[in-house]
Amino acid sequence: MPAYHRPSTLADALDILASDPVTLAAGCTDLYPATQAKALPGDILDITAIPDLQGISQDDAGWRIGAAVTWAEIIRHHMPPAFDGLKRAAREVGSVQIQTAGTVAGNLCTASPAGDGAPCLMTLDAEVELMSATGTRSLPLAAFLTGARRTARRDDELVSAIRIPARAASGEGDFLKLGARRYLVISIAMAAARFETKDGAITRAALSVGACSPTAVRLTELEKALGGAPLATAAKLVSPATVAPHLSPIDDIRGDAGYRSEAATELVRRLILRCAEKRAEVAA
Amino acid sequence: MNRPFGTTTMRLNGAETPFAATPGRRLSEVLREDLRQFGTKIGCDAGDCGACTVLLNGDPVCACLTPAIRADGAEVTTVEGVQHIVPMLQQSFLRHGAAQCGICTPGMLTAAAALLQKNAAPSRREVEDALGGVLCRCTGYAKIIDAVCDLSGISEPGRPDAGAAVGARLERLDGGPKVAGTEVYGADLVLPDTLEVRAIRSPHHAAAFTLGDAAAWAATAPGAVEVFTAADIPGPNLFGTIPDFVDQPVLAEAFVRQRGEAVAIVVGETAVLDALDFSRFPVDWTPTPAVTDLESAPPKDLHPNRPGNLMIRGLVRCGDAEAVLDTSAFTAEAQVDTSFVEHAYIEPEAGIAWMDGDTLVIRACTQAPVMDRDETAKVLGLPLDRVRVQPAATGGGFGAKLDVSLQPLIGLAALKTGRPCRMVYTRSESMASTTKRHPAKMTGRAGCDAEGRVTGMTFDGDFNTGAYASWGPTVAVRVPVHASGPYRTPHYHAEARAMHTNGPAAGAFRGFGVPQAAVVQETLYDDLAIAAGIDRLEFRIINALRDGDTTVCGQTPDGIGIAECLEALRPAWQAALAYADTSDPRRLRGVGVASCWYGCGNTGLPNPSTIRAGINSDGALVLHQGAADIGQGSNTVIAQIFADAVGLPVGHVALVDGDTALTPDCGKTSASRQTFVTGNAALRAGRMLRSEILSLTNAGAAAKLSLEGGALTVSDGRAIRTIHLADLPANPLGYVLSAEETYDPPTRPLDENGQGEPYAVYGYGAQVAEVEVDATLGTVRVLRMTAAHDLGRVVNPLLAEGQVEGGIAQGLGMALMEEYIPGRTENLHDYLIPTTGDMPEIRSIFIEKPDPEGPLGAKGLGEHVLIPTAPAILNAIRHASGARITRLPALPHRVRAAIREAGR
Repeated sequence: MPAYHRPSTLADALDILASDPVTLAAGCTDLYPATQAKALPGDILDITAIPDLQGISQDDAGWRIGAAVTWAEIIRHHMPPAFDGLKRAAREVGSVQIQTAGTVAGNLCTASPAGDGAPCLMTLDAEVELMSATGTRSLPLAAFLTGARRTARRDDELVSAIRIPARAASGEGDFLKLGARRYLVISIAMAAARFETKDGAITRAALSVGACSPTAVRLTELEKALGGAPLATAAKLVSPATVAPHLSPIDDIRGDAGYRSEAATELVRRLILRCAEKRAEVAA
Repeated sequence: MNRPFGTTTMRLNGAETPFAATPGRRLSEVLREDLRQFGTKIGCDAGDCGACTVLLNGDPVCACLTPAIRADGAEVTTVEGVQHIVPMLQQSFLRHGAAQCGICTPGMLTAAAALLQKNAAPSRREVEDALGGVLCRCTGYAKIIDAVCDLSGISEPGRPDAGAAVGARLERLDGGPKVAGTEVYGADLVLPDTLEVRAIRSPHHAAAFTLGDAAAWAATAPGAVEVFTAADIPGPNLFGTIPDFVDQPVLAEAFVRQRGEAVAIVVGETAVLDALDFSRFPVDWTPTPAVTDLESAPPKDLHPNRPGNLMIRGLVRCGDAEAVLDTSAFTAEAQVDTSFVEHAYIEPEAGIAWMDGDTLVIRACTQAPVMDRDETAKVLGLPLDRVRVQPAATGGGFGAKLDVSLQPLIGLAALKTGRPCRMVYTRSESMASTTKRHPAKMTGRAGCDAEGRVTGMTFDGDFNTGAYASWGPTVAVRVPVHASGPYRTPHYHAEARAMHTNGPAAGAFRGFGVPQAAVVQETLYDDLAIAAGIDRLEFRIINALRDGDTTVCGQTPDGIGIAECLEALRPAWQAALAYADTSDPRRLRGVGVASCWYGCGNTGLPNPSTIRAGINSDGALVLHQGAADIGQGSNTVIAQIFADAVGLPVGHVALVDGDTALTPDCGKTSASRQTFVTGNAALRAGRMLRSEILSLTNAGAAAKLSLEGGALTVSDGRAIRTIHLADLPANPLGYVLSAEETYDPPTRPLDENGQGEPYAVYGYGAQVAEVEVDATLGTVRVLRMTAAHDLGRVVNPLLAEGQVEGGIAQGLGMALMEEYIPGRTENLHDYLIPTTGDMPEIRSIFIEKPDPEGPLGAKGLGEHVLIPTAPAILNAIRHASGARITRLPALPHRVRAAIREAGR
């Protein structure tokens, strides 16, 4: 009979990882749909009883989102406006039921090209903290996500947390998801943004597009081009040429590649407009 | 570490409940199979449908995605505990008609309870958010949201008095168990010593296969396992729905024609089957070339007796359409392709079979108990009187549960093993192996004169009927009859062909092909109206069939209500047009209208219903109601008609369901026929019972009846007489007074040109859609639907609204998102149906133009409601954006491409 480990300490979890290949389980919202069986198949390491992996915390270095933190906790937790996009994405993940169980870290580990967590976390310069019995390392999210459903996590490692550096927790974030229905929908395309501004001008822009490449991507050239521009008119600087060349969308049942490129450009444009409108409201 | 730890305990609905399960077992399995709490339903095992929603420490989760260990020490609330946390909720669901089939109701109730505990007065939007993770396929969600928002609303004043049931806004008579979570669906009955049945199915669209040493494989199990194949089937190994088209093997022999086709069943105790590696079942597949769509022809004939894969051709012709179109003032042409559409009821097929002495009893989901009995008996080589079908509560059907699915499989297993045998389809198994709506490849042409009077129309369609016949012949026959729409079409030529491919067998789905054909016709009507410079609604009113007009089949029906429906839409249409004028470039607003007509009952063929009723010596008024209630409401509507005919309050009626050993045949729940056909039988049976009572007491026709205890009192103003029921002799069925009446609609078969009287009654309707199109993203939001339907006589407005709202939800899905791709979308996250957040506001308008043949004038409604929705939405998209959609569904990328093509 396969083993089901549910340790209450991180040390025990890392010991188990060091000795046996196991499937890591947190929210289980991706694991169960992958099987027709009545129980999770194979040896399982359930990380949800480990206090060290719980909770959202903040210190001088920045924010730490524990590996067992659910989307519902993201929605509930008080965080600065830079996280507004992540909160919005949290509300768009599946359904309330999925948000209650599913974890942010698990979403990254599944590494679906359409994972709702990656674009916002990219704009927050998120780092993925990986632990094993032999040590701890941190990878930028873009380095952690190595392809469609592939990550840089070794079999003896677990993701212990997602870290947001303090410098990236400023400004305001936002997120837009495009799907063929309102709830419980896999994205056709999505975009995330975070802007830091001074006197109405963009001092730092972070933009990311998801579901249009094997992994979510940052639009670094466009970010640079937006630097110094007034947020109120920055949307005009978005064109297909500033977005599409950085994507490698596919044709699938939800949309074709050409449409995805076009939609991604439009989502980025609208996201900037919405951020500008919000800014204007705050200013008024 | 993986001990099945007997020390685990959850607090289940307030009671400390120990449970023993492996830690990674799905909580849904623990609740249902281990603790036998069957209120929690399983619809997908993937978090896509929310039917299994329970509260874990107050928060909603899908029990199918929750490891059992997480319930240890936790508070778990299921539907069985909802009354303790939100006491009014279940009654509110009942009162608002929020439960139709009831299979999603437990998930809706728990999700709503979680919201209401935190927010006692939520907005509709908040309710949509909270319930967005629970799919419903019946209601269109409006009444569910009403029920959550209006918990303490005013209750209807009791049940109607004698003679006042028809027309009353009566909550469903069988609704109590649905909202309590105690309804027993196909998967919810387990008997002692029950074995489980699992099927081995083809992963290929077409393949030859050989079976290896199944006994050796079975021997690897830790207990007894039996494998049955085609060789074990005692009777002819073929099933079907229409006598001349019975072509589907119960278990395939040597080759398969479609994906999901079963080749063997494996029977054993659940724990034993769970320990078997089904991926090692000894079958050698040799895939063969396969075609699943109409883009190319399959490399060879799927059935040798159907050359060119043409199964059947349907034709209706009158006048000379081609000639008149060449000389019409205006003409238009249209071409539309549609996709396979999945019924997506939230209850996958399930049932149990057992031996009662020599009789095989089958209790499974169904729309047609007597057909199930006949088909199963034939396949198993049993006489009819040795098979008894007890219909289980059915969690939605919409046409696909007309065909047998697991009935012969569990019957075979029970017959062979002598033990109760239960089978529950997985979601993917249900989607791969059961029938679909036909994809259609259609063209049409229509013309009108300068005044906008339609001169003629042609229609030509190939309908992908998949690998097996199922109800394909019905589609091919119904489409040409209805493709004119409810409009005067003096010259007409319509042909529909059912073509075989290796796609899933396409069968019955709410409307039998007519919803697809209506898209072509209503597109043409918009074209003609625009060309003639006539308002699109007025164009339809000009051409609407009226009493005395002749249909394309040469029939002159009575009580044609389409003009009244269209005229009733005028205010909504005008307001919508004005609103559409406020479009801005980002949000393009548009309005569309479309109509339907639909013949109720079989096309030119007999389809009788028989109703038996009686009063026993204890004074129980019993109605044997054999019309399968799959959520649409026949248990309530038939009882209403019957009660008024007898002259006793509907609250007195005790229902006996369609158990084939107890209840005469009411035919299938299909073709929008139950209110009309079974309703007529109930009306006649009720009147017969009443006349028997009146003649016993020499009372006048207007006498009032009352039934109290064992006494039936009859008063006619002149005298009061009491029948002491115990004094009367009982018949062999136990009734001291009884009646049995049959009704079969009068029809005349179609001739070689499709001329005849295919239906005795038609229903009519029209809908206005208001949409907002995002011009750059191609997304479409339906803002409002106004639906006017002619029901002849509204038997139950609450249930009728439920049919309209649910039909519109399915029509909206067909228009905007539903596309079943064999082998690719066999789950409910790739195959999308509307959620709470996708539904527009719906306004229902009921027209009552009686049909002299309908019971009290009533007409059918169930399928009609879906037909106008997609064409109305598509016409609105075009009005908004110029986009002419030629391929359904109108997914965002297709709408965007069509907008670009339109040059906007």
